[in-house]
Order: sequence, then structure tokens, then C-alpha cells
Amino acid sequence: MLELTGISKQFNGRTILKNLNLQVTDGKTLAIVGPSGVGKTTLLRIIAGLEDADQGEMTWNGAKTTSEELRKQGILGVVFQNFALFPQYTVRKNITLAPTLSGTSQADADKKADELLNQLSLTEQENAYPSTLSGGQKQRVAIARALALNPDVLLYDEPTSALDPALRDNVADMLNQFKQAGMTQVVVTHDMDFAAKVADTVFKMPIGLEA
Amino acid sequence: MNYIGEILPALLNGTWTTLWVFALTLVISIPLGILLSLGLTKGTKNPLAVAIRWILNCYTWIFRGTPLLLQLIFVFYGLPIIGVVFDRNSAVIFAFVLNYAAYFAEIFRGGFQAVDRSQFEAATVLNLTRWQTLRYIIIPQVTKIVLPSIGNEVINLVKDSSLVYVIGIGDLLRAGNIASARDVTLVPLVLVGIIYLLLTFVLTMVQKQVEKKFANFD
Ligand SMILES: Nc1ncnc2c1ncn2[C@@H]1O[C@H](COP(=O)(O)OP(=O)(O)OP(=O)(O)O)[C@@H](O)[C@H]1O
Ligand SMILES: [Mg+2]
Repeated sequence: MLELTGISKQFNGRTILKNLNLQVTDGKTLAIVGPSGVGKTTLLRIIAGLEDADQGEMTWNGAKTTSEELRKQGILGVVFQNFALFPQYTVRKNITLAPTLSGTSQADADKKADELLNQLSLTEQENAYPSTLSGGQKQRVAIARALALNPDVLLYDEPTSALDPALRDNVADMLNQFKQAGMTQVVVTHDMDFAAKVADTVFKMPIGLEA
Repeated sequence: MNYIGEILPALLNGTWTTLWVFALTLVISIPLGILLSLGLTKGTKNPLAVAIRWILNCYTWIFRGTPLLLQLIFVFYGLPIIGVVFDRNSAVIFAFVLNYAAYFAEIFRGGFQAVDRSQFEAATVLNLTRWQTLRYIIIPQVTKIVLPSIGNEVINLVKDSSLVYVIGIGDLLRAGNIASARDVTLVPLVLVGIIYLLLTFVLTMVQKQVEKKFANFD
């Protein structure tokens, strides 16, 4: 279980997050919802270690830790709102690059990539470059890239915002499949319907938790 | 035809000088430019980084803001006054490298700034080290962005290498000049022009090939 307590964050003297407490239960999907500008992305970035909180603590399975440590242990995976795929590499290489650079053999990384490509219906695109993919395909590559490192918790920022609204239910189905497979997920979204479809728990900003 | 055969060895000798000034300047100033561009890139408010950035900005301003010819003269004739003496060849390389690294630094600074911040972040959350991030994610993208500008500078460098005559080094242009004045004919200078064109033609081809290698992504 990932737990954040007393998280506060200011930007240029303006308070964005104030004394937030958040629990992410193993195998569950937590949706962080709220109006634009309320600090959802900021909170996700703090969990991911891309932004430092001014105050607050983080524990993993009860032990005090930091985002940086969680990252080093490969616990967190992040799917960016704009996907941030590496444009110079093919779909397959986007998925295998980080594992091979962290010491996994090319053969093992490729085997894992085969699985992910298959699971996410990307087999035909394996040699394509990101610029030639549709939004939905890009997102699935971004997810595969994160999953290739076998994270325990997957973080998504607005997974439906860059996509055709018709694809929204597909994304919800995909996240629910991951949940079935035991993945712990944190999803930032302003889309309440989507949140209702995927979330076990909804965290309403700026107020707090609602079961 | 005979006459061409007579002066060609001198011209080729000069071409050799042009080529080593060119090659040596390039292989030193490009990596140096990349390194300096990292210092030039806005990022932290750390006082040391700010100081370095200020110094580097002065450096690029001075070396891009004054003629290379003047810099060459200062290095060879000016620096000895304060006790720094270079032989001719070292003076040439020193001045050319400082000049070209300033241009390359600015080009790479622009290239680094053009790469989306989320690329760094994606690499970070995938647990890549800083060096891996640069080597595998950022530099390939920057290279694609800067290639056209680098190509221009490389062609300029071939032609700028003719400036070495001011400190008495015999390059291609000087060899042509000498033959032209001695024999009272423009033929040597026509040949010089042709040799420069051949050199820049080859470089343009190389540039096209390299750009092709980076054409498969945007
Ligand atoms: N790096 C930053 N520097 C200064 N202010 C920032 C920074 N990042 C975010 N902010 C501000 O913090 C507030 C919260 O931003 P955040 O992106 O977390 O909101 P959000 O809830 O994700 O909004 P949206 O639904 O529009 O994505 C905004 O007012 C934003 O302008
Ligand atoms: Mg946001």
C-alpha cells in the first residue's frame, strides 16, 4: 500500500495542495478527480517524483520512503497525458529501451515486449515510429513502455483527454483488465463518468476521499 | 594543361593545410560546443550555474560578435604580449576552435531547448540515468534539430580556413594567390575555386546522407 500524508505544495507562494492525505490500496484503482487547476496533475507528479512536495510523507507498505526510492525500486510506472513517446525509436524499441538499459538482456526484453505488444494489440505496429500512430495506439505504447519495467503501481494523467471520445470506453475496459490482473492504479481525470467506470475509490479534490 | 600539372602539387599542398585546419577544428569544437551548450541552457537557479551561464554568454557574444580574422590576429600576435606564445599551427587551431565552439554552443543550446520537457521526464520515470537520458533520448533528437545549422557552419569552416594566411600559413587560397601573382594568370585561382567547390560538394553529400539517417522520425 502506498500512503501519502500531509502533502502540501505551493507554487510562487500560492498554495495548490494543502495537507492532503491519500491511500492507494494494492490491486485497486484510485481516481483523482476535480476541476481544472485544482492540482490533480501536481499531486500525481509529486507521487511520481517529478515534483517535490513542500511538506508531507510517503510510505510504501508501512515503511517511510520517497518517490525517488520507489522509482529506483521500479515500483512506479507513469503514463503521461501527452504520452511522451521517444520519437526516434520504433514502438518495440520504445518498450525495450529502459529494460535493456537497466540490465535486462535483449532477449528477455524482447520476450516481454512480444507479450505486451500482443496484449495491447500493437503487434502490427511494432516497427512503426510514434509519429505514425493514432492517439489510442500511442497511449497503448506508453502503457506498454511503463509495464515493461513491471511496476507495482501505474499512474495515469488524464488518460482520456488526448483521445477521441469514442475511445473512452475502450480505455476504461483496458484499465479494468489491468485491475483484474492485479495492477494497482492511480488515475487523474476530470471526467466523472470515466472515473465511475474504473475507480474503486474516488478522491475528490480539493475535499478528499469518497468511497 | 601542362601549366595546370605544374601548379597542381602546390595547390594540393595548400589543400592539405585547409583540410587539417578544417578537420581538427571540427572534431574539437563540436564536442566542446555540446558541452558548453549544457552550461548555457537555462535550468537551475544555483549561483554557480548562473555564474557559469553568464561567463559562457560573454564568451559566445565575444566570439560570435567579432571577426574570426581579428581573433586569429589577437591569438597569434596579441597573446604573446601577455606571455602566451603559440606556434602558428596551434594558434590557428586555438582561435578556430574557440570561434566555432561558440557557434556550435549556441546551435546546440537551441536544440536542447527545442526538446520537449516531457522527454526528460519520461526518461526519468523509466529510471534512466542522466547520462543514458542524454545519450539515448535527448542527443538523437537534438542532432536531428541542429543538423541543418551544423551543415551551414561546416561549409563556412571550409571557406573560413582561408583566413590562416594572415599569420603566414600556406593554405589552398594562398597557394593559388602566389601562383597567380607569379605567373600573371587567373588560372590558379580558377583551380582554387574548383577545389573549394569539390570540397563543399562532398560535405553537402555527407550532410544529406546524415540527414537521411534521421529522416525516419519527427
Ligand atoms: N511548475 C509550475 N509552476 C507554477 N505553477 C504551476 C506549476 N505547475 C502547476 N502550477 C499551477 O498549479 C495549479 C494546479 O495545476 P495542475 O496542473 O496540477 O492542475 P490540474 O488539476 O491538473 O488541472 P487540469 O485539470 O487543467 O489538468 C494551476 O493553477 C497551475 O497553474
Ligand atoms: Mg492536469
